[in-house]
Amino acid sequence: MTAAEIVETLGAKPLAVSDFHPLTKEYVSAFATDLMSDALAMIQESPEDTVLLTGLCNQQALRTAQMLDIELIIIVRGKEFNEEVLRMSRNMGVNVFSTHFTMYEACGKLYQRGLKAIV
Amino acid sequence: MTAVYQRIFTVEQDDYASAGLVSSLIKESLRYMGISPAVVRRVAVATYEAEINMIIHAYGGTITLEIGDDGTIHLLAKDNGPGIPDIEKALTPGFSTASKKAMELGFGAGMGLPNIKRNADVFHIESSPEGTILDLLFKEKS
Repeated sequence: MTAAEIVETLGAKPLAVSDFHPLTKEYVSAFATDLMSDALAMIQESPEDTVLLTGLCNQQALRTAQMLDIELIIIVRGKEFNEEVLRMSRNMGVNVFSTHFTMYEACGKLYQRGLKAIV
Repeated sequence: MTAVYQRIFTVEQDDYASAGLVSSLIKESLRYMGISPAVVRRVAVATYEAEINMIIHAYGGTITLEIGDDGTIHLLAKDNGPGIPDIEKALTPGFSTASKKAMELGFGAGMGLPNIKRNADVFHIESSPEGTILDLLFKEKS
């Protein structure tokens, strides 16, 4: 799925959009968690092709993505970033979108559209 | 290994606002030096977990980055205590003593030290009430 299709499927709105990672880029897998060490432990293969879904909306969600080279983050449960976190995501050049769906619903919708679990 | 590059970073206790900054600087430096992305990522994940540990569990500390003349990356994370009472337990995936504040940050999964161990090629840990020392080596896989 492309980033644009993921965003459309989830009716997500942009929080930060990067010039470096176009929304036409294809993603093959997703990982969903609110615990960042789990993301750091589990996402090992092709993190740049993996979407991170999380309800954590602080700097550490961004830092985790940065360490792993993750380029697309979906914030679930309709949460938003505060100004400081927004500024940081713009500086980091990562794409961040927010969906009103819960983690379960968001994962279900993406899985149905063919986005795989991480290997 | 003779070090051809060395830089020491300070990590402050309870400095939640800057958590991850040192790891991000280290990651950028390594990338700039032309180290392969896979190795940079392994170092970044281990450094980040070590940095978070220093902020949430320890009284701050230092992280030293060294690059050897053979390309080996040496990371030395030294904190100021209070030490890990049972290292074996701390290395068990899922074991956590994280505070509520750490959980709010998205940590406390009990994967910190296991993550560091898994990403490093050589992992050595020592701990006493004076502090914990993590001595890590990362090598380019041929």
